[in-house]
Amino acid sequence: MTEPQMRSAAWHETVLATLKSNNVRLITYVPDKVLTPLIKALHGDAFFTTFATTREEEALGIVTGAWMGGMRGAVLMQTSGFATLPNALASLVVPCQIPALLFVSERGTLGEFNLGQAMVCKTMRPVLDALGVENHTITRQDELAFILDRSIKQAVATQAPVAFILSPLLTGGKVFAQ
Amino acid sequence: MTHSQTGAIGAHNAKVMNRFDLTKRLVGRLKHDEAVIGGIGNANFDLWACGQRPQNFYMLGSMGLAIPIALGVAIAQPKRHVIALEGDGSLLMQLGCLATVAMRAPKNLTIVLWDNGIYQITGSQPTASAATADLTAIARGAGIANSAWAADEDDFDRLVAAALNDRGPRLIAARIDHKPAVATTDRDPVQIRERFMRGLGAKSSAA
Repeated sequence: MTEPQMRSAAWHETVLATLKSNNVRLITYVPDKVLTPLIKALHGDAFFTTFATTREEEALGIVTGAWMGGMRGAVLMQTSGFATLPNALASLVVPCQIPALLFVSERGTLGEFNLGQAMVCKTMRPVLDALGVENHTITRQDELAFILDRSIKQAVATQAPVAFILSPLLTGGKVFAQ
Repeated sequence: MTHSQTGAIGAHNAKVMNRFDLTKRLVGRLKHDEAVIGGIGNANFDLWACGQRPQNFYMLGSMGLAIPIALGVAIAQPKRHVIALEGDGSLLMQLGCLATVAMRAPKNLTIVLWDNGIYQITGSQPTASAATADLTAIARGAGIANSAWAADEDDFDRLVAAALNDRGPRLIAARIDHKPAVATTDRDPVQIRERFMRGLGAKSSAA
């Protein structure tokens, strides 16, 4: 017998496990450096159907169609990608009551080096709040599974989208390459 | 008529047809509860006018997303054929989705493109397809090899019949006239979505 495994799960392992335990099988994304370990793990797990799209609103449209066909899905993106979504949220996902799960890796704060990301980050929460979309900024690994699991169940039960903003405090974020 | 008057420069041999007539022909061929996603504006208005099948989804906003929505349904229900009805202006807004469809290569997905060369519902401003863009060539270039203009109504019927029997994905393009849709969809998003989900068996009708 070996000693119990004491290493705590990495954030992306918790995300993958929580998606799986909630039967979220379809993952569409526009790539992001911070999300790369999650995307790689999802591609490597046959439980999931995972693929890149050309734009975030396309990814959201696909997840909307899949939900209406009986399959749960999530969209992965970075902050600037979220900024392309307000029309698709306001005219499709919110009025049709689609429990789309949005995972946004947070750029533009806590050490951002790109002015554009810093500016667009300031629009994200006001847009989500204006649309009445439940959103959680997740900073701690020990809260991650609880927030995701409860919120996915709430999204399905109340037929409403939810956004998970993954803080650099959770993921490490992206820092300026020297 | 010249290209600039009728749109779709790449389809100069194709007959200019009517969207409502072609939509009726399409719906009349659906015998297996195929799902149909009507794109924003006249594409879904004429679908609505052809009879409110529970397997129809009418898109009231989100311009450009009829094909992505159809792709999502096709992934969730691989045994059901799914058809997206989309206009030229809408497709031009979201050309990238053609590359995604080609990459995923769903056997059960057909795209029907209504190309009148104008943004009809906003005041008939010309689209790029009225002048220079051939959307079937763009679709082929994106990887949807089976993309063709319908030469006339009989050819449209033949292409639809083939699409429902063959392996997809496929794009069928039709040059259409400038007549407005014959009716307007009831704008109730929740009712549309709820009815569609029950029509697809994704929600129990007893619930």
